[in-house]
Amino acid sequence: MDITILIQTIVSGILVGGLYALIGLGMTLIFGVMRIINLAHGEFLMVGMYICFWLFRLLGVDPYLSILISIPFLFLLGIILQRYLILPIIKANAPGENQILLTAGIGLILTNVALLLFSPNYYTVLTHYSNATILFGRISLSLPLLWDFIISFGITGILYYFIMKTDIGASIRAVAQNSDAAQLMGINIDRITIITFGIGAALVGAAGSLFMPIYYVFPAIGEIFTLKAFIVVVLGGMGSAIGALVGGLTLGVVETLGAAYISMSLKDGLGFLVFVLVLIFKPSGLVGKTRF
Amino acid sequence: MLKLEEFTQKRKLIPFIILLMLSLIPLFIKNEYILHLIILILLWSILGISWNLLGGYTGQVSFGHAAFFGVGAYTACLFYVKGGIPLWLGIIAAGISGALISIPIGAICFRLRGPYFALSVLALAEVLRLITLHWKSFTEGAVGILLIETIFSTKLGYYYFIIGIAIITIIIMAYLLQKRTGYYFRAIREDEDAAEALGIFTLRYKLFALIISAFFTGIMGAFFANYTNYIDPYIVFSIGDVSIAMVLIVVLGGIGTFWGPLIGATIVVLISEGFRSFFSTASLLIYGVLIVLVILFLPRGVVGSIQRKI
Repeated sequence: MDITILIQTIVSGILVGGLYALIGLGMTLIFGVMRIINLAHGEFLMVGMYICFWLFRLLGVDPYLSILISIPFLFLLGIILQRYLILPIIKANAPGENQILLTAGIGLILTNVALLLFSPNYYTVLTHYSNATILFGRISLSLPLLWDFIISFGITGILYYFIMKTDIGASIRAVAQNSDAAQLMGINIDRITIITFGIGAALVGAAGSLFMPIYYVFPAIGEIFTLKAFIVVVLGGMGSAIGALVGGLTLGVVETLGAAYISMSLKDGLGFLVFVLVLIFKPSGLVGKTRF
Repeated sequence: MLKLEEFTQKRKLIPFIILLMLSLIPLFIKNEYILHLIILILLWSILGISWNLLGGYTGQVSFGHAAFFGVGAYTACLFYVKGGIPLWLGIIAAGISGALISIPIGAICFRLRGPYFALSVLALAEVLRLITLHWKSFTEGAVGILLIETIFSTKLGYYYFIIGIAIITIIIMAYLLQKRTGYYFRAIREDEDAAEALGIFTLRYKLFALIISAFFTGIMGAFFANYTNYIDPYIVFSIGDVSIAMVLIVVLGGIGTFWGPLIGATIVVLISEGFRSFFSTASLLIYGVLIVLVILFLPRGVVGSIQRKI
């Protein structure tokens, strides 16, 4: 057991975990505020990835610059979906499973529209730095991954500032804590839920652009990442942003350790295994719902 | 008032009358495609009825019933291919193994409620799919299992077989639902904490509903394996094609109603098959649009919306 390899694996896991955390953050934000589990979350990631890909392919836009496009685009998409499809059924007090089914249906539509438009082929983005590595002592890290982590960190920081220091952020927190009281205080919860869904979608859209350099995109990729996002969120505790970070990092480390020491193909299964263990022993998540 | 009572008594016979009429159909219609459609409708009806027991009547919505479907399918096939056990017994074993696997799944997932429960079953179904996929020595993994010899060699055989299973399923469901157990289920659905406070051992009854639901789902898995001759982890453990389909059928028909699954299955099968012949690539897209439309405009399902008007 070479210690360098162990450290390298763990660090890689943390870097990937940052990305997973970003994806989970979107889902947990949506859940915390609206109590909706967005089964189309992975599909938002897919949309973000396709935007990044086509901007690169057609206009030569660097993936990291495409974040500036995917964020607003997905924000808009999220807002539209929430305003016209999801909000009506929340207002009609539809049972929970209807809401999940609705987002599942939206996810299906997104996946199949992508399938029709872009074909089932796998696409990747290869830039001059796609395979670059950087050396820290004896540890070699993938440069894109490092950038991803730093940018995720940055985005999370901006989000934190937004949620904690702005009025809208305070409104979001209020609605997450108690939507009836928030409404009594004069907060327009419809507007807040719409904005929140948009933010959640935008976060995962940004993650899509960050993901493109290190992965590949195809229409069905949404399903896999919806599940991963769900694992991250349950690991950390639904509704908890810190939980999403913890969950994301945990999943990242567990996966890379599993891929390195057990088997590449089983790494997804390991995530599920941890998920089941958390469900059995600490269903409220590693962090729980004590803080937002 | 008297007429209403008479009507409700006779109403119980309606499902059997329908099934009786269905069993007479092959005498007049020899078209195999129509038989195939009816078999599909009955297959999904039984799946819907099983899911509805847990989801509609007990209020525990599961998005992972593919777990039991897949376990049933694989049990029947593996028993036959690896153990030489005849497929007849395999089908019953499939139901039993579906029921058996539902016990640990329930034990883990029933700690959660509502959407968390729904998705945790989904996650466990995925775990089962991954296990089936990677345990190649036991399950043949992605290669799947091909059945050269199946229970029946003619469609007609399957036709009557599934009518038989449907009759049994409906009898058992109707019986359970009118007994005290059925009312415990409904109590749990309406307010689980109140039910527990009233002395209903909610975990036991939730598990009971799950076990029965899983039993019939498993049997359908084995039926499917025999009918289509081939299974692999992606087909029988599929989230979209099995788990979500079951939920859609019941929600479309009317969750928590007796007729809901049957009507939902009929509509979904006919629409899917109809669109498959016209737009093969877009069929899943239509499926997604259908889900969205149903949720937006018919949240209580067909039967539920009719019931509200009465």
